[in-house]
Amino acid sequence: MIRVTLKVNKRPVSIEVEPRTLLVELLRDKLQLTGTHVGCDTSHCGACVVHVDGRSVKSCTMLAVEADGATVTTIEGLAQGGKLHPMQDAFHQHHALQCGFCTPGMIMSAVELVETRPTADEHETREWLEGNFCRCTGYHNIVKAILSCRDAMKEKSA
Amino acid sequence: MRDFQFHRPSTVADALRILRQASQGKLLGGGQSFLPVLKLDMAEPSDLISVSGIPELRGIRSDGQQVTIGAATSHAEVARSAEVRAKIAGLARLADGIGDPQVRNRGTIGGSLAHADPAADYPAAILGLSATVKTDRRSIAADSFFTGLFETALEPDEIITSVSFTVPQRSAYAKFASHASRYAVVGVMVAQYAGGVRVGITGAGPSAFRWKQAEDALSIRFSADAITAGMTYPSDDLTSTPEASAEYRAHLIPVMTRRAVQAALAG
Repeated sequence: MIRVTLKVNKRPVSIEVEPRTLLVELLRDKLQLTGTHVGCDTSHCGACVVHVDGRSVKSCTMLAVEADGATVTTIEGLAQGGKLHPMQDAFHQHHALQCGFCTPGMIMSAVELVETRPTADEHETREWLEGNFCRCTGYHNIVKAILSCRDAMKEKSA
Repeated sequence: MRDFQFHRPSTVADALRILRQASQGKLLGGGQSFLPVLKLDMAEPSDLISVSGIPELRGIRSDGQQVTIGAATSHAEVARSAEVRAKIAGLARLADGIGDPQVRNRGTIGGSLAHADPAADYPAAILGLSATVKTDRRSIAADSFFTGLFETALEPDEIITSVSFTVPQRSAYAKFASHASRYAVVGVMVAQYAGGVRVGITGAGPSAFRWKQAEDALSIRFSADAITAGMTYPSDDLTSTPEASAEYRAHLIPVMTRRAVQAALAG
């Protein structure tokens, strides 16, 4: 067992894990943060996307021990003070989900996109979602929601 | 996944010491190829040694005609590097098309090259851009780095420390990506130098290779139509899978080479 010390959704965590424990297993099984989903478990589908030090990663393809010292944000950490993150709000407004299974990963990927590429157009947004599968094929409203959130954030900073 | 001992050394010297002491040691970069291998129990290392946090393996330096990328530099860092974009645009674009954004945030150039997946993108880059792979003990020319399917010239206890690319006049990478995996069915890096043109091809065969016939033609005239209809690559040694036959890959080689030349000329 190895002790890992990290921050998850601004909360300090220090816990012993087997070296083979995946980050998503630490989040879901040890910390009960079950908003992060496991879809394919082969790093294709993106249901497990979380942020590690501000960048989106597939938590099924990272060891928990690799996150030692890192700052992790999951879907549960986006809302602040009972208020949804603008991306969550945009997904709600545009009904950007059908079954909802891919939604946590979609939102975490989308948040990195608007934070790091605020000028991304529709084409770039669709390319960015390369690693997030919506098995319901509901991409149309997902892209609409992301672009609307991008515009709202632009207005806010203008 | 079988359990293992995990190590996170902070120097190359420590990583080498741990690797040599382990009964079945394995180096871990960003893990985007190797963790899936571990999950399938296709590898059962006794010790996993993460090198991604070693400071001497990180960063991008540019020095005249060379751009040197630390082995633990992520694909995303290469893609957004102002230095790489200014000096070797084709390399920045290649890095920006590897896998998906999450793979690019974790995966590293050293890890990708050491893994030597026949359909990875970087192999075409190191061949096309006349790169040198630097290790803890020597420099290996790109032309002698890949030795076969998932095989390289690296010794079992050797660590890639950086990769030095030679700055071309122009370069571009054109990839025909697998719809499912985004790996290259065929990927072509074309780079024009004062002394001639280099063409590095990945995805098509058991390991990346150069297409000399195209290099000769493009060195005389750097234009897509220099790759004439009569110029073909023999399919004999190419990869055949249910997704793409050897003949199909052979057909894609000149097609993607022309597209890479067009992209290089467009800048």
